[in-house]
Amino acid sequence: MIDYTYTILIPLIPLLMFIFLGLTGHKFKAPTQGILGTLGLLASTLLSYYTAYQYFFNSIKVDGAYQKIIGFHTLWLQFTDTLYIDLGVMLDPISVMMLIVITTVSLMVHLYSIGYMKGDKGFSHFFAFLSLFSFSMLGLVIATNIFQMYIFWELVGVSSYLLIGFYYEKQSAVAAAKKAFIVTRFADLGFLIGILILSFNTGTFDFQLLTNPHGAAILKGGSIAFMGLSTMTWAMILIFMGGAGKSAMFPLHIWLPDAMEGPTPVSALIHAATMVVAGVYLVARLFPVFAISAPSGLEVVAWVGGFTSLFAAVIACTQIDIKRVLAFSTMSQIGYMMLALGVSGYGGEHGLGYMASMFHLFTHAFFKALLFLGAGAIIHAVHSNNMTDMGGLRKHLPITHITFLVACLAIAGIPPFSGFFSKDEILVAAFESNKALFLIEYLVAGLTAFYMFRLYYNIFWGKQTVYHATPHEAPATMTLPLIFLAIASATTGFIPFSKFVTSDGLPFETVTEWGIAIPSVLIALVGIAIATVLYYKPTEIPSKMAHALGGFYKSAYHKFYFDELYQFVTHKIIFRYISTPIAWFDRHIIDATMNGIANVTNRVSNAIKGFQSGQLQKYAYVFVSGVVVLAIIFIYLLKY
Amino acid sequence: MYQEIPLQYFLIISTLMFFIGIYGFLTRRNLITMLMSTELILNSVNINFVAFNRYLYPDQFQGHFFSIFIIAIAAAEASLAIAIIINIYRRINNINVEEVDEMKY
Amino acid sequence: MVLTGNQFMFFLFAAIIVLFSILTVTSRRILRAATYLLFVLISTSGLYFMLNYQFLAAIQLTLYAGGIVVLIIFSILLTSHINQKFEPVDWKKKVSAAIAVIAGAIVCLTAILQFSFHANQAIAKEINMDVIGNSLLNYGENGYALPFEVISVLLLAVMIGAIVIAKKKKE
Repeated sequence: MIDYTYTILIPLIPLLMFIFLGLTGHKFKAPTQGILGTLGLLASTLLSYYTAYQYFFNSIKVDGAYQKIIGFHTLWLQFTDTLYIDLGVMLDPISVMMLIVITTVSLMVHLYSIGYMKGDKGFSHFFAFLSLFSFSMLGLVIATNIFQMYIFWELVGVSSYLLIGFYYEKQSAVAAAKKAFIVTRFADLGFLIGILILSFNTGTFDFQLLTNPHGAAILKGGSIAFMGLSTMTWAMILIFMGGAGKSAMFPLHIWLPDAMEGPTPVSALIHAATMVVAGVYLVARLFPVFAISAPSGLEVVAWVGGFTSLFAAVIACTQIDIKRVLAFSTMSQIGYMMLALGVSGYGGEHGLGYMASMFHLFTHAFFKALLFLGAGAIIHAVHSNNMTDMGGLRKHLPITHITFLVACLAIAGIPPFSGFFSKDEILVAAFESNKALFLIEYLVAGLTAFYMFRLYYNIFWGKQTVYHATPHEAPATMTLPLIFLAIASATTGFIPFSKFVTSDGLPFETVTEWGIAIPSVLIALVGIAIATVLYYKPTEIPSKMAHALGGFYKSAYHKFYFDELYQFVTHKIIFRYISTPIAWFDRHIIDATMNGIANVTNRVSNAIKGFQSGQLQKYAYVFVSGVVVLAIIFIYLLKY
Repeated sequence: MYQEIPLQYFLIISTLMFFIGIYGFLTRRNLITMLMSTELILNSVNINFVAFNRYLYPDQFQGHFFSIFIIAIAAAEASLAIAIIINIYRRINNINVEEVDEMKY
Repeated sequence: MVLTGNQFMFFLFAAIIVLFSILTVTSRRILRAATYLLFVLISTSGLYFMLNYQFLAAIQLTLYAGGIVVLIIFSILLTSHINQKFEPVDWKKKVSAAIAVIAGAIVCLTAILQFSFHANQAIAKEINMDVIGNSLLNYGENGYALPFEVISVLLLAVMIGAIVIAKKKKE
């Protein structure tokens, strides 16, 4: 038996670094805080790799399946034998995989930020917040029970708020941070209700008990029906609502484009690789419950994922801000992951979708982080976010150019880069279960290739812009992460993922289905070709096409007016008809009661303060009258 | 004599004098007139003691002596009260009892 | 009806006492109030004479009428204008004080008058200076040495106190 107690250090080191940097960071000169933060993350990364090595290669397997191992736990609150909340570390194929992803990407972002945030006056607390975020996310993935996951879920939300609103003097950044926090918090309402229903029906919070396919918990609550769906289905749909909020699924997606107001390393870490996949991770973690007790919930997951990926891809084709394009691209790719989970079965070969989703999560983290960090380097060089200000940068930023190209090829799904393998598995899983969803995903694959290469050509080829200051390549601290992530994007496709991460722990063999793979590569090449024709050299075709599509193009550019719709609903309807009367009630009735009590007390006190008037004769009068009254009482009424 | 004038007459006199003194204490504004009302009260008590002594306990002297002591104390108290009144007069230049109200809320 | 001499004297004194005490408390000129008080005290002393307490009556005249009233008149001269007329008192104060006082008087009188006191027929002990002097310094039976000493200490304290309070502060 291997002792995994050291795994508690993996989240704890960033936490300690957060406390240390938060309290004393300003005393050091930059870039010491950055180096300290990076060293902390490096320690966590090495520990995660070691844990992964131990877990995947040396741990004991039962019937050939990977087991859930509790590395460390302490009991916090106990309600009954099965209903308890504890804090601990659970090692499981997906949690170990996530440990690797989070620590690696976070380490790259830390290293990158030393160069990117140089000179910023918030340098030290940026690293503190990054460490806090790393701690929260790590705690989330190793959670042993659903309540611990919820606690870290909220912590992740808080860290995200702090990091998006990092440039707190900018009005738009503050508004974006608030929006992100409020939307995810609203989604967490559903999550909490789902947790309560789930734990009430099954009697436990613990993941091992909940997700045991042969256990008692998973079968409870399947029969009671409420509005046509069983309670378990409702619970899982509500829990999915929480996941959808965090992962920016439609209709809770509105916060993700605005969250690009944060610094670019933040976008890379949080909104590409880690926080937004928390929803996918949640569904994966509870996958046995979904698959066995609430299959209709899985349908909801699949359709939401599918619709979001199409929706986001269409909008991404029209955006001009490069970070917004990447944000919508993230939304679309996460749609892929959700869809893959939704169409998956449970156990062995049926769990292909599950495996594909996790594989795509793994590869997507690397190439999306690479895309964002590359975008950061470009913004750093050009000092603008808009595609229209860029063009012909390939001569000025060679390393960024090559790594960005690698990432674009990976996301488009061109072999031998990693995106091809993971996306191919998803398409196979979708084809096997739901042809309609398969077609949607097939179309989205083409759109993905198209808008990514539109982005690429507009930045690095296109028109020859004359720049005010010659853009220079980023410093080494920024390019090293880019190179590392590019290597990862190129090579991780070859990892035999199905041997490690599957729905029930049993490894299985996957075979490349050429019947699906070749058409997917073809449509990606078609997308790239169209993009090349339109954008390789500056032409009139894009603007003519925009005019031709007219209203549709305009509404796609404005993200289909969902922000305005939500704004309308909240301001005109909720605020006016619900909040205002309640505020009136609070101010005029509750406050008035309190004030009234104070006023009455005041007046009574004013009235009786005459008793201490200092007037001697009044005192004597009260004295004499009192004696007379007492005499009457005692002599005539009580008859002493 | 003691059959012609029953004890109750003395008691009535002393009660009336007592309550008239109290009325004066509550109503008068000048500190010296309040002092005079206090003397009335003390005198009424004296009459009471002496009357009881003579009528009910003619062979004992307690009432008589107590009255002597009350007179002595009343004299002492009056002199001290005059001293205080003079001091107040020096401070606020009048001796209206309503002006002396500093120990209030 | 026929009044005996004692009864007549008693009613005279009683009338003077009640009438002049009412005038004392309601008079609007201060010197007149002092004078009325003097008359009350003299009548009281007359009552003591009637009750055969000559020493006490003498003390009453000397101390009260001769000492305290004179002291009061001195202080009147020191502290206010003699001819100043008092303003009438607020009628609310008068009414409320009158009600309290009348109620108190009624309670007291009804309490007292329900008992029928009979004069004790025992032989009265004669009080003369001999007896008084002996009793005042006697520390045994029927002795009042202790109150005597206490009174002397009290008088000392009052003397010192009066001097200290009424003294003019040095500038």
